[in-house]
Amino acid sequence: MSDLCLVPIGDVSPNVMEWIENAAAEWFPLPIRRLPALAVPEGAYDAKRQQYQSVEIMKLLARSAPRDASRVLGVTDVDLAIPMLSFLFGQAQFDGPVAIVSLCRLHQEFYGLPAQEKLLRERTVKETLHELGHTFGLVHCSDPNCAMSLATHIELVDSKSEKYCARCGSQLVQRFARNGGT
Amino acid sequence: MKKHWPILVVDDEEVMCESMAAWLREDGYHVDTASNGQKAVEQARATDYAICFVDLKMPGGMDGIETMMEIHRVRPEASIIIITAYATVDTAIQAMKEGAQEYIVKPCNPQEISMLVSRILKLKKLQSENAILRKKLTRQYKHHDIITKNPRMQEILELTQDIASLRSTVLIRGESGTGKELVARAVHFSGNRAEKPFIAVSCAALTETLLESELFGYEKGAFTGAAGQAKGKFELADAGTIFLDEIGDISPKLQADLLRVLQERRFYRVGGTQEVEVDVRIIAATNKNLAEEVQQGRFREDLYYRLNVIEIKLPPLRERREDIPLLAEHFVQRISSELGKDMSGISAEALKVLIAYDWPGNVRELENVIERAIVTCRNGSLEGADFSWLQSSGGHSKNWEVPDVPLGELERRAIVAALERKHGNVKEASTALGIDRSTLYDKLKRYEISH
Repeated sequence: MSDLCLVPIGDVSPNVMEWIENAAAEWFPLPIRRLPALAVPEGAYDAKRQQYQSVEIMKLLARSAPRDASRVLGVTDVDLAIPMLSFLFGQAQFDGPVAIVSLCRLHQEFYGLPAQEKLLRERTVKETLHELGHTFGLVHCSDPNCAMSLATHIELVDSKSEKYCARCGSQLVQRFARNGGT
Repeated sequence: MKKHWPILVVDDEEVMCESMAAWLREDGYHVDTASNGQKAVEQARATDYAICFVDLKMPGGMDGIETMMEIHRVRPEASIIIITAYATVDTAIQAMKEGAQEYIVKPCNPQEISMLVSRILKLKKLQSENAILRKKLTRQYKHHDIITKNPRMQEILELTQDIASLRSTVLIRGESGTGKELVARAVHFSGNRAEKPFIAVSCAALTETLLESELFGYEKGAFTGAAGQAKGKFELADAGTIFLDEIGDISPKLQADLLRVLQERRFYRVGGTQEVEVDVRIIAATNKNLAEEVQQGRFREDLYYRLNVIEIKLPPLRERREDIPLLAEHFVQRISSELGKDMSGISAEALKVLIAYDWPGNVRELENVIERAIVTCRNGSLEGADFSWLQSSGGHSKNWEVPDVPLGELERRAIVAALERKHGNVKEASTALGIDRSTLYDKLKRYEISH
């Protein structure tokens, strides 16, 4: 049996990890395992942009993943980017084992507003389902309510719901029915 | 249809290439990468890229503008987007003058790039729809529109080419839906009459008198309602081809009239006294066995021999099953594009169902079945289940019958069905099945649903 592993990268609140674990358990029929936290890799820091290159962190995740892991989701509080894009809420290997979610821009404080735990939980669940969905072969969905719709700014994250639409959900089922999603 | 619009990312930095490609793949695109201009041009030769992202500054070898110009030489239709840093914006503007469609300054906002790609692809989709519609409008199908790898069909296609520029009458035989009109069009549009009219008439659709005036035209006052002179299909097809479909259904009187046209290429309009002369190639088609009709005395023997100068016999689809996957893929692509549905294709399991079916209505039935499946399908690709009604259409009992399978298999199917009904939500599926999540999880493990 291949596990779905959750890994904090740097300091991540245990509350957040619990939200993520519950969301994953609700949708993926795989054993879910929390792994010990990894340190944020120094080499991923881009001093000019004051951000972290997500590709470097994903490489670290791939290297340190247990052998029996089917999927590894990294969770971090640092701000992620790739050379082409100014920021990322998260990134995934499409139909591959590794994904990462950044909480940095999901906090209300990032936008100069007072913290709201409920909102943070909702956003975290949506981004978790979104990135894990990619690792199981789901592409962006045209239904703006679906967790798989593309969010390029925080308002679009807020307008999605914390679940997959019927079409994406059914695609996941078919995948699990076929080969357990691996 | 995102899969049908491949994208190329060209940059000397691997991280830049790979991370950009990964981001676009999440959107469903097929993305390739190239680490220099030369490789990019080679890849563009092999793949018809819709969009190429090209970094302006690539040290050593070809720079972004040279790469863009070379790609344009190979793929004039490809849209090039130049990637640049703030310091080189001026050069990027120069690139626009040289033919780049857009430039983007990195790093850019995800929204900006997502909108740029969808805007370009929307335009490309419109252009391709326009081309399809234009083709449909003129309906100038050539032989390469007939999709086949069946040896008998390939021989037929070769024959259509050989006879395309002759004036000899052709008789096409085949069951309904085998593509008789398509072959007739292939003969017409491959020959020296291609620029002239191709007129199709279905002989079975009209009564004898209507068909007569339809074919030969009429003079003013020829019958009640004939307010003025009207040209018939033979005159309209002058210098071109007339396609007489369902020729086996015409009346004895019309058989005699047609024989005269075939012999003399002349006729009278209904109610007319002046002969009309035409230069028309006749292609007739029937799903009947005309030789047998002749023997039974229902079809004139002399007309049969006049028509049967060159005979083409089209095989039914069940005798060219190797073409079913090709045809199915073709229809999925064409119909989904016409209906504006994003379909990635058809699964191997679905193809198995289609190959096994006997297709009494031949290619036309296959086309209709695929259209129905696309309209009702909720996924991005057609699966076996989308065609399950094909097998069960044989008049079986509508009552639910317990399949003849072991109990464990029944349970496995019930679990998959519950998961499907709950759109993949494991928690809700376990509630619906009346078991808790851990029991469901154990069962999934037991039935290897999660292995």
